[in-house]
Amino acid sequence: MEISFRDLMTVLHGMGFGALFMLAFSGAIAELYRMSAPGAPVQPSAREQTLLNLYLAAMVVLAWAAVFSGAYLVYPWYRAVPPAGTTDLADYPKFLLTSSPHTSGWHSLGMEWKEHVAWLAPIAMTMVAYVFAKYGPAITKHRQMRSAVLAFAVVAFVATGVAGAFGAFLNKYAPVRGGATITIVSGEHEG
Amino acid sequence: MSISQTSGGVVPNGSGAAAILAAGIGSGALGVFALTNDAFPAANHFFTFYTPTGGLSGVTTCAIVVWLVAWFVLARRWSGKMVAMAGVNLVAFLLLAVGMLLTFPPVMDLIQGK
Repeated sequence: MEISFRDLMTVLHGMGFGALFMLAFSGAIAELYRMSAPGAPVQPSAREQTLLNLYLAAMVVLAWAAVFSGAYLVYPWYRAVPPAGTTDLADYPKFLLTSSPHTSGWHSLGMEWKEHVAWLAPIAMTMVAYVFAKYGPAITKHRQMRSAVLAFAVVAFVATGVAGAFGAFLNKYAPVRGGATITIVSGEHEG
Repeated sequence: MSISQTSGGVVPNGSGAAAILAAGIGSGALGVFALTNDAFPAANHFFTFYTPTGGLSGVTTCAIVVWLVAWFVLARRWSGKMVAMAGVNLVAFLLLAVGMLLTFPPVMDLIQGK
């Protein structure tokens, strides 16, 4: 069982950071709403508040790791320019996609949107984590602030969803491949 | 946006308002820079801070700088004060919408007449 270095980095970017960040959203949005809703039945203990702060801080780290690894590790491999005369574009995903009108939209819409909109998520989540760490349960006394924070959290979720979905499709139609081969498990020949 | 010093026993909302408006400013800046980078070759050249990543490197770096500077300035002005959150939210949401729209390629193309 082998994987190329670029495949591994793409998996780390998409599944290690992006998908984990996405998974964390469901818990975060439910908890943020529960804790900040007017008339919340139970005020969180100091320990629960600390746990939520740590949870949100971890999400912020994941969000920034996802966009930086995407922009500075995976994206340069995706947009690499093939040498003149190259006919096999398998190692040049952007040019592979744009070489056919049947796949060019995955770049012109998918990648062009994903590469920018994804950055809204870490900006929004950093703000959300800061406001909850700063105000804690006292945010219930600031209804409009609570609304804004939840709205930004939802927008971060949508932006991450767009980036993640297009990332998965792009990696299906034009995967980023190459680099050193890493053997994970040695397989056996089957007769 | 009106600002007052008294908070009437409530934790002043200034710090939170600064963070929210700054996030909106950063998002709006991201959209404007993305459009500028796409529309003008000279801007794309300027935004290419790191050649392998191209203009995206400068677009996002500049947006992050604008966001953090805005947050720093607003936090210094509003910390410990009460701010009219309705106005802050309105501006922040408008800027967030600008960021969302201007990073959507069909809107970028429409504005550029492509």
